[in-house]
Amino acid sequence: MDFGPHLLLASLEGAVTAAILALTAMGLSIVFGVMRVVNVAHGEFYMLGAVIAWWVTSLIGGHPAIGFVMALGIAPLVVGLLAAAADKLILQKINYDPDRTIVATIGLLYIIQQTTLMTFGPDARPVQPPFNTRLALPWFEYGEGGFAMFWPWGLSITSYKLFVIVAAVAILTTLWLLITRSKIGLIMRATQLDSETALAFGVPVDRVYMWVFGLGAGLAAVGAVLVVPIQQAHYLMGHDPLLLAFITVIIGGLGSLPGTIIAAILIGMSDGIISVFFSPTLAKIIATLLVAMVLVFRPQGLLGRSA
Amino acid sequence: MVTKPESKFTRRGVLKTLAAGTGAIAATSALPGLSGFAQAQSSAPIKLGFQVHRTGIGAAYGRWYNRTTEAAVKRINDMGGINGRPVEIVAEDDGTDPKRGAEVLEKFATQHECDIAFGTLFSHVVYGSAPRAGELKLPYFVVSEGHHVASGKLNRYTLQPGITDVKSQVQAMAPFVANNLGKKVTMIFPDFAFGHDHRDFFTAAIEAQGGEVVEAIAIPPTETSFTKYFPRIPRETEVIYHVMVGPAVLTFVKELGEFFGPSSPEIFGFIDSLEAVDIKSPGLEFLEGTYFWEGNPRNAQADQSSHDKAYRAAVGVDDNGASLEDAQDVSTYSHMFGCWETLNVIKRGMETANYQGPADRAKLIEAVEAMSDMPLSDDHPQGAKRFNGKTHQTFGHQYISKVTDGKLVVEHTTSIEDGLYEDEVDYTTQSF
Repeated sequence: MDFGPHLLLASLEGAVTAAILALTAMGLSIVFGVMRVVNVAHGEFYMLGAVIAWWVTSLIGGHPAIGFVMALGIAPLVVGLLAAAADKLILQKINYDPDRTIVATIGLLYIIQQTTLMTFGPDARPVQPPFNTRLALPWFEYGEGGFAMFWPWGLSITSYKLFVIVAAVAILTTLWLLITRSKIGLIMRATQLDSETALAFGVPVDRVYMWVFGLGAGLAAVGAVLVVPIQQAHYLMGHDPLLLAFITVIIGGLGSLPGTIIAAILIGMSDGIISVFFSPTLAKIIATLLVAMVLVFRPQGLLGRSA
Repeated sequence: MVTKPESKFTRRGVLKTLAAGTGAIAATSALPGLSGFAQAQSSAPIKLGFQVHRTGIGAAYGRWYNRTTEAAVKRINDMGGINGRPVEIVAEDDGTDPKRGAEVLEKFATQHECDIAFGTLFSHVVYGSAPRAGELKLPYFVVSEGHHVASGKLNRYTLQPGITDVKSQVQAMAPFVANNLGKKVTMIFPDFAFGHDHRDFFTAAIEAQGGEVVEAIAIPPTETSFTKYFPRIPRETEVIYHVMVGPAVLTFVKELGEFFGPSSPEIFGFIDSLEAVDIKSPGLEFLEGTYFWEGNPRNAQADQSSHDKAYRAAVGVDDNGASLEDAQDVSTYSHMFGCWETLNVIKRGMETANYQGPADRAKLIEAVEAMSDMPLSDDHPQGAKRFNGKTHQTFGHQYISKVTDGKLVVEHTTSIEDGLYEDEVDYTTQSF
């Protein structure tokens, strides 16, 4: 493939990765920012979102779009409620002690993963996309006869992949408005800045924590519902997103939302481009190296404030 | 484990044990229902340790290997078992993980006291387990396709009598690809031992036919998105040769179709890329008219043998290769016959060797090594086989099918001779 079309294809693939990653990492980042909790079970909430999406779509017949829309509503809600319950039943009981929350969320990771294995089973199951048209993309070249348009082999994207990018942008914008413009956001930010003072001003910190934990898991589930028509629901699928989300959040600055977005785009695009031109392994190596560099030279992350 | 040489026996301890033992013996002889030990041994079941991929990336294969094994054992027991003894399956999940695989063999040998172990598919698990089988002196019958057995890298205790290896498969296949589809091939394969077998042996086989591999694209078997690999397919490619395993095979084939759209080169795939996947799944329409290698034709063919019919019914598979109970549950038809045939080989081997217990393990292996031609029969429903006792590898027919109206229709059947190659090892010279 020529360099130009090749780069375009790589960027498109990278943009899809970045979109999903931004949603997943954003969930992790909000939870850390507000609650100072490192949620190791985040990837499993992602997996759970995909599995529930499969379950909902397989229950509902008719056009695949109906099932998909239902899944987009139900899966994040169920996952969010489950996470909120986990917060209430586990994390609150151990007082959000940093060491113990890590151990507790590791435990949660295994409970969710093994329960899924025992109920949903070890198979990968597909979810039909609501629409999926292959869009061949043209390329322009300056040749002997002036500008000419041609259709390079393999240069294409599907309408569903474009939708994933648009949907992620829309969801993140809504989230941004929620945090910066609404009262809920104000309460969240107050809790993030100083939970004791917030408590003194009548903010129900316990309940805020519970819903923030639910929101974080719900965001991971949204990412998973969007990705499951491209990939498939499988009980081990939470592993890679967890690693990438951690990498993203560390590079962006723990708790910094704009930093997370920037880092997600950086990691997603570089993953797409490097894996197309070189190898996917190299892309992972570079991402990990970047984390090491950030930790050495800017421990608070790109946009994080130093603690 | 090292046990300390000094004795820990005390007079009191010995007396206690003796007293307890005498009591136990007295108790057993007092119970009328329990017969003596010597008689129990002759009718005790023969225990086959079944190393099965219940979880991990091989789970779909594991499910069907399990069903086939149960059906085969039921048939053997209905026919009177082995040497008059019933056969019992002891199944253990290996998680499709080499480390766990070795541990499972250990459990079979020491904890469950199995007579033999069998069943493994994924080649990295075979590589991880076979050395342990050799150390435990536990006959290990694999159903894996990998060239590892015949390559001489394993040991005398590891045999593959039920399924042809990749080297033989691709060698038999290459002339068809070169003569009918094209000579410039791009290979896409999983990045582990099994995929490397494909790469190495197909490259050699197609070159022998005057063709060449223009690009070899290795993909990790745990990968979940594939479009990013496809731009490496060179423009000059005439044939795509794909073989993929793992939970994401459906995504792989779908994205391959989306990548090419209407202008694709010829596509020749190993059915591994679509094992346990319905070929009529949405997004796979582009496969119409493409070719697949099949180990055993998934769709019942027009000239279906009575043996395939009986085997299909016994395992519970319909004419489309799916479960009789659930048409969505598509089988791994091209591989699982290996379990059925391997179990029948084990039965014959144990009968020839007059196998009585673990002391006869070496005799069992010698009996299997002495086997050669196995005709098409209810024991071997996939087709005739020729077993090579020196390399511990069997050779059989291969099928090339074309997707026609959403069904796999066999176009060409290779002969056993097409897949033969020179011996790379003589395991019979190794000591037990």
